[in-house]
Amino acid sequence: MALALKSSLSVLPSKQVPSISYLSCSNSFFKSLASVRFKSAVAMASLEVTQTRSISQTFSKLKEQGKVALIPFITAGDPDLTTTSKALKVLDSCGSDLIELGVPYSDPLADGPVIQAAATRALANGMNFDAVISMLREVIPELSCPVALFTYYNPILKRGIEKFMITLRDVGIQGIVVPDVPLEETENLRTEAAKHGIELVLLTTPTTPKERMKDIVEASEGFVYLVSSIGVTGARESVSLRVKSLLQDIKQATSKPVAVGFGISKPEHVQQIAGWGADGVIVGSAMVRLLGESTSPEEGLKELEALTKSLKAALP
Amino acid sequence: MATSISLRNPNVSLGTTFPIARFASPRSSIVTLRMPGESMACPPPLATTAPSAAVETVPIGERPDRFGRFGRFGGKYVPETLMYALSELETAFETLSKDQEFQRELDGILRDYVGRETPLYFAERLTEHYRRADGTGPHLYLKREDLNHTGAHKINNAVGQALLAKRLGKKRIIAETGAGQHGVATATVCARFGLECIIYMGAQDMERQALNVFRMRLLGAEVRAVHSGTKTLKDATSEAIRDWVTNVETTHYILGSVAGPHPYPMMVREFHTIIGKETRRQAAEKWGRAPDVLVACVGGGSNAMGLFNEFVNDKEVRLIGVEAAGHGIESGKHAATLTMGEVGVLHGAMSYLLQDDDGQIVEPHSISAGLDYPGVGPEHSYLKDIGRAEYYSVTDVEALDAFKQLSRLEGIIPALETSHALAYLEKLCPTLPDGTKVVLNCSGRGDKDVQTAIKHLQL
Repeated sequence: MALALKSSLSVLPSKQVPSISYLSCSNSFFKSLASVRFKSAVAMASLEVTQTRSISQTFSKLKEQGKVALIPFITAGDPDLTTTSKALKVLDSCGSDLIELGVPYSDPLADGPVIQAAATRALANGMNFDAVISMLREVIPELSCPVALFTYYNPILKRGIEKFMITLRDVGIQGIVVPDVPLEETENLRTEAAKHGIELVLLTTPTTPKERMKDIVEASEGFVYLVSSIGVTGARESVSLRVKSLLQDIKQATSKPVAVGFGISKPEHVQQIAGWGADGVIVGSAMVRLLGESTSPEEGLKELEALTKSLKAALP
Repeated sequence: MATSISLRNPNVSLGTTFPIARFASPRSSIVTLRMPGESMACPPPLATTAPSAAVETVPIGERPDRFGRFGRFGGKYVPETLMYALSELETAFETLSKDQEFQRELDGILRDYVGRETPLYFAERLTEHYRRADGTGPHLYLKREDLNHTGAHKINNAVGQALLAKRLGKKRIIAETGAGQHGVATATVCARFGLECIIYMGAQDMERQALNVFRMRLLGAEVRAVHSGTKTLKDATSEAIRDWVTNVETTHYILGSVAGPHPYPMMVREFHTIIGKETRRQAAEKWGRAPDVLVACVGGGSNAMGLFNEFVNDKEVRLIGVEAAGHGIESGKHAATLTMGEVGVLHGAMSYLLQDDDGQIVEPHSISAGLDYPGVGPEHSYLKDIGRAEYYSVTDVEALDAFKQLSRLEGIIPALETSHALAYLEKLCPTLPDGTKVVLNCSGRGDKDVQTAIKHLQL
């Protein structure tokens, strides 16, 4: 059975995805069969097909269709992991093209008050990395879009870079963003990530000089993360006009997809950024706030759904 | 030849290119080191923590190399937004270290405003206290950093960085503070130079150190409470870094210790290295050669690096750092990073740090707020790993005893931080041969600690 499945999946033209991920897809296939959820084998196979699409492939597909990626970010474990797993499914069903999942950390240097508070709440609730991985093991097979992990460096170092990447690959995470590792220090990360078919996304910012930006976009995998403003995460009233010229500079330097993040919270923002030529928009704090600060998890999920739909509607 | 940036003798160019993840091969000097615990002559050491004596030749690499690394430690693990500011800072520092006018201005302020040079004081009664029954024992000297303006060594770095900020055209200064000493030093220099000053302090620390909060505000600084995380020093540092990420174009961040991303560990060390330079000259005047043993307390590690740096290449000089063991290292309530920590990344640098099984940073404990930091400067991590320096720890109770002891024996009330270094003399002195010259960095005075001491000491 596993062999048959494997051969039907082998039509995928993916160099990025190592063969071992086919096996893990087969495993999750059997697991889902075992759980009481009835889907047709065809539907399952197509689910598996889209699941193994990498981040780069996702962007390529969207470009063919003339679409701009919607990339929500939420913090794992806030208010709790059950809500997170539901939120992932909500985001997926509302048309998200890629989901960034943040791993809560005690000292998040790049995050503003909303995501900081989410991390503190999640940690206070006893959230830990193994729990996040267990949750993802169950949920990722049910998602149609890829998932990238957003984490600071120390939790990766604690486990060992190789072991960390193996864990990610085993649950089907496709990419990783590490905001406190600058280009000069990424060599080890990139080597291990590449070995296990995980794309390491790098960030460039308004303070990055052009020459350095070129080195960064050259090395970035999956997409290039353009930080929209000089600062930490957190919704802003408007998007800086600098983003337009920064996008132009990056587009001159690379043909890789560029997604803009930090501060984006409204349909008007995403529309504007898409109009300037971005290939994707990342919305974080606005979503995290809805989940973490609502009157109840159910209420939060409802609001999340509404926001995601309105953002999706504003994008080509 | 190992080189390091010196404000007086600049001879290394760090450059401003952005290298892509390649380690420069270190230009190193081969130095013959004495293994920790090996004494200069008989009698053999009594300390059980010392490995068996064997002279080993270990190369000391660049401190730091052009990527800001000390061996595998250090580096610049910060959000991309800060990378340009860090390289700008590095270039500015390198330029100013060759600038005679800047040197003169800095020397003038250190002399007339801070009150340098500080004395190297022979602690007669302390020495007598540790004299053995047969009349032998080490000679103990205190480097009086407590006599600086604001009562601690912190001001050396604050003054240097404030001048640097002015040269960079930055009018807004931010800093983090734990107990308030670095905050007070920063507020002091901002008042002196007319700079806007914002100090981040953990909400919990603000309660414990209300007097220092008042002092900072009196000096014209804005003190902002940090309510995130554990509400202590590590969270204040994270918040200061976030402020810098957001305001990097107008703001200079005066980091208070030899921690953080490159160039801070090197820069802060260089601003404090005057401690060691003065000590060398004073020791030569007093007894004709370098000290034999240097002892200093270690929180982030700035006063220790300030004293040690001058002597790192003097193989005969023993370097001893003393950390806070709080309630004891087995208790889990301590700040003994180099003894109990693991290597990781915190606040921009790869170094030893206190973390849990998930890689989350742990809140440390020490009676002395200045040592209450879960990380340590990367250069200390490096010196420990290559065996050039030794690190021990001392409990709250031992520190309080030493606090009382120096007050009684010498009429000097030391800071609780400094008291940790003093407490280690209990274990150290019995092992030292007759006439060993020990210089202990008296990094601060203890007036700020009397309220804490009142709670713990029965007098």
